[in-house]
Amino acid sequence: MNIIVCIKQVPNTTDVKIDPETGRLKREGVESIVNPFDEYAIEEAVRFKEKYPGSTVTAISMGPPQAESALRQAISVGVDKGVLVCDRVLGGADTLATSYALSQAIKTLGAFDIIFCGKQATDGDTAQVGPAIAEALNIPHVAYVRKVESSDGKTIKVERLMEDGYDVIETNFPLLLTVVKEINTPRLPSLKGKMAAKKAQILTLTAADMKCDESRCGLKGSPTQVMKIFTPPQRQGGQKFTGGPEELAKTIVGKFKEIGII
Amino acid sequence: MSSISVLKDKCVGCGQCQQVCPFGAMSLVDGIATVDLNKCTYCGSCVDVCPTAAIVLKKDEAKAGIDKADYKGVWVYAEQRHGEISGVVFELLNEGKNLAKQLNVPLSCVLIGHNIKDKAADLIKRGADKVYVCQDPILAEFQDDPYSGILTQLIQKEKPEIVLMGATNIGRSFASRVAARISTGLTADCTALEIDPETRNLRQTRPAFGGNIMATILTPNHRPQMATVRHKVFKEAKIDENAKGEIIDFTADMSKILNRTKFLQFVKDETSHINIADADVIVSGGRGVGGKDGFKLITEFADLLGAAVGASRAAVDSDWIAYSHQVGQTGKTVAPKVYIACGISGQIQHLVGMSSSDVIIAINKDPSCPMMQIATYSLEGDLFEIIPQIIKEIKASRS
Repeated sequence: MNIIVCIKQVPNTTDVKIDPETGRLKREGVESIVNPFDEYAIEEAVRFKEKYPGSTVTAISMGPPQAESALRQAISVGVDKGVLVCDRVLGGADTLATSYALSQAIKTLGAFDIIFCGKQATDGDTAQVGPAIAEALNIPHVAYVRKVESSDGKTIKVERLMEDGYDVIETNFPLLLTVVKEINTPRLPSLKGKMAAKKAQILTLTAADMKCDESRCGLKGSPTQVMKIFTPPQRQGGQKFTGGPEELAKTIVGKFKEIGII
Repeated sequence: MSSISVLKDKCVGCGQCQQVCPFGAMSLVDGIATVDLNKCTYCGSCVDVCPTAAIVLKKDEAKAGIDKADYKGVWVYAEQRHGEISGVVFELLNEGKNLAKQLNVPLSCVLIGHNIKDKAADLIKRGADKVYVCQDPILAEFQDDPYSGILTQLIQKEKPEIVLMGATNIGRSFASRVAARISTGLTADCTALEIDPETRNLRQTRPAFGGNIMATILTPNHRPQMATVRHKVFKEAKIDENAKGEIIDFTADMSKILNRTKFLQFVKDETSHINIADADVIVSGGRGVGGKDGFKLITEFADLLGAAVGASRAAVDSDWIAYSHQVGQTGKTVAPKVYIACGISGQIQHLVGMSSSDVIIAINKDPSCPMMQIATYSLEGDLFEIIPQIIKEIKASRS
């Protein structure tokens, strides 16, 4: 099987601090990590490979040259190949232009059976790129997958997490799945994996390599535009209560009544 | 291709651009602002803040090749689940009505499903001027292919200027396919909408970076302008029993509708009585709850308030409670009226999932933890002593 996993490098939000004076996001010293949701996608792709011997997992990432390290990290946990989609022409892409570029990369690599994506990236938080890649490739997708129940290589049965439970959906290959955290526990890199990651050749694809229509790339191919970016007002702390449990309980039940929840 | 450059003779090296850049693309090299083109997304934040107009930005603009004047009206996708209209739809009808009034256009709904036409009347009572209904046995339960095919056909036929959908699992799964097929813009998870009176463009504001920054997004040249909108941001439209509206049956060209997935069954989440995305009150437990037994206390407290039970990642990863309860970056984003955090220290990944709640109440032994710092009301102490007292107090006040 040809298995593809799409990943994104994002800033580690644990490190993101707000400058108390300017109220701005401080980006200095913020480490770049693999989008946390993509780790589950990588793990599921590698598990698929293990189920179907002879399979290959290719990780694809679109981003600056530094995003290569995200691909190496994927290789360290069992991905075979890394492909970096990197071109200034692609800069400023919104979700439509991003999914176009990634779908062109996937077409360039040839035939595939299944594509895994994380449910969303933690910087943009849109959850739009996965389904839009499926649309661009004209294949079915299932989003928010919490479990692959069964797969015989031709059809696949998955559980789609919903607000009120889950739906069981069956579909055929080729297809795209976006996965949630519940689906697995990602493994840690092995020593062998770390060595492979170090040595791996990362293939870089430019817009020309992928025969992209430039009018569909970058800002030119993005129907949405950022008008402005601002920092929301920080939440201010409120009243602090100390004392014995009984006293605290009386106080807070009084507040419940004020708010109108009891 | 878009370009950005710094005029070296104008740059005074004040560093404001560096501070404002959300992507870490600006730095000062030898006292002059320098752009890392690999990181820049041409958002223009630096241009706005530069006191000497030293940054020159040339932005490419996407051309759509359509006449925007052909597109009229505000639409709300009337999401239904198992034949019931989702709560977010009534909120969208309220906000949709405001936008439609400002634009002086009708407000319409799209209702897709099977045997659901009777729900159209409810949508009219909540303010819809028109309801397009598309029914077919294959539409009984949500599937991406047929739903996106039908919504695409309807949009192409009727040409609305704005399409609003709930940022639910359903909305976020298939809105993106529809927007890609039509080649229009889609803005995810909006928390504010506004019409620019001059251009009639929809200003769509949404959180990014886990809510650390807000971005206002436009779809200036493409139509419709599509947005998914977060649940609980807008108030529900009021019911007007006398409201009049038109119900229009839409017969889709089923030969062009793909149906590559098969819905087999729905399995209800039995661990939660109340869906946390819908809840007005959430009682949430973290590491301080200590175990499965501790969650029994949290559940008892929640049940008493008619609240949903939430949890931090630490509690879910320890298997004290199911993942469907997890609030935060790798779980759900919630914005209830009241969020009661019990034994949750408030890691940034948790805070981004709940910090827009109206009122936050924290119960924690550690008064210095982040949750206690941001809470509207913080109670310092042992949750195992305080919560049983609160339960007692509520019961006493009711008897």
